[in-house]
Amino acid sequence: MNFSFSGKRLAGMLTVLPANERSFTDDMKEFDFPEEKSLKLKKVMGYDRHRIVTDGTCVSDLAVHGFRYLFDHGHVKPDELDALVVITQSPDYYMPATSNVIQGRLNLKHDMLCLDISQGCAGFVVGLMQAFMMLDQASIKRVALVNADVLSRKVSRKDKNSFPLIGDAACITIVERSDDRQPIHGNLKMDGTHHEVLIIPAGGFRMPSTPQTAIVEDVGDNNYRAKDNLTMNGTAVFNFVQVEVPPMIEALLQQAALTVEQVDYFMFHQPNKFMLHKLADRMRVSRDRLPSNIVENFGNASGATIPTNITFNLAEPLLNGSLKLCMAGFGVGLTWASLVMQVGKLAFCKIIEY
Amino acid sequence: MKSVLEVLKSIRPEFDFATSEDFVADGMLDSFDVITLISELDKCYGISIMGTDILPENVRSLAAITRLLHKYGVTP
Repeated sequence: MNFSFSGKRLAGMLTVLPANERSFTDDMKEFDFPEEKSLKLKKVMGYDRHRIVTDGTCVSDLAVHGFRYLFDHGHVKPDELDALVVITQSPDYYMPATSNVIQGRLNLKHDMLCLDISQGCAGFVVGLMQAFMMLDQASIKRVALVNADVLSRKVSRKDKNSFPLIGDAACITIVERSDDRQPIHGNLKMDGTHHEVLIIPAGGFRMPSTPQTAIVEDVGDNNYRAKDNLTMNGTAVFNFVQVEVPPMIEALLQQAALTVEQVDYFMFHQPNKFMLHKLADRMRVSRDRLPSNIVENFGNASGATIPTNITFNLAEPLLNGSLKLCMAGFGVGLTWASLVMQVGKLAFCKIIEY
Repeated sequence: MKSVLEVLKSIRPEFDFATSEDFVADGMLDSFDVITLISELDKCYGISIMGTDILPENVRSLAAITRLLHKYGVTP
């Protein structure tokens, strides 16, 4: 499904990272795995350290901290926000929506649309598309898009498929109308027949959490997790990404009448370095234009990974000018989505700690 | 330049890859070994094996790996 927008822009981006950093060396101690093999894994996949929350920190805690920073530093005024879109798979509660919780904790105005969307690794692209659609309404001039997850709380520390790569973060992107009519092109596909490839089996209404679902089991390949934990079929996800993402980008660039060379950077979701290098090679994009250093520095924080990729790698050029960025997210659902647009000059583009 | 057998041996020194017809079915290579193997083959032979070729059937035997390398113009 193709989308096109115009007259919208990103005004600024802020990433909030938990101050707590854990190293892969610490992780290795939990695995039932030879040390030498773990070190090879570290090198190939780019695992090194990751940021994960402590003491029951929730999505709204990270987001509220970020908004207070933005308000205190005059980057945005509370009353200027007309919509708050929160993309998360680790909400504070089943009900109410985390966007309402954040709205309440910040005492934001009542004349505001609060919306939660359950999306993961494609959540930044999906969220931007949603924000652009909202901005077509006369009453919505500015949208705060929050991509946030604390999924480390749902990953078994003895699951080497998932734990070394998981990260927690919240990113706030302010999206607003613009006089610049440069087209923004996007596309999106979903395939729910493979929804079990990335799943937390227990804890919802299909399989409520019980003492039994909390029992950690040997699931093979030296991995141990409970049904309450996040489960990822790494091989299936890897194959899905390699098959679907390159043609999606090719179609997007064709739709936008752009060549690979006309895009400054390819800011993709980052599950691991190996996967990104393979994508870059397949798409004939030099690896320096498709950054792959987020997992090794911060971990993969689901929908927050693309904006963290931007705030970490492109802050300086985007604070001083603009770049043509192709963004792509792929994961839970399954969902794969991409967007190409001019980004910058941004009013703020920064990483802070919680 | 290392032979394919030497590359395999460097990943899982405890197994004799010369005597197996199916490394995956025989439990000699798990999913992480496959990733490590592809990474080593890329480095050793100066190629980049496409993600879509990283499939168990392409690495399950010496013959399969040799066929895969042939596809990238490498005669190991």
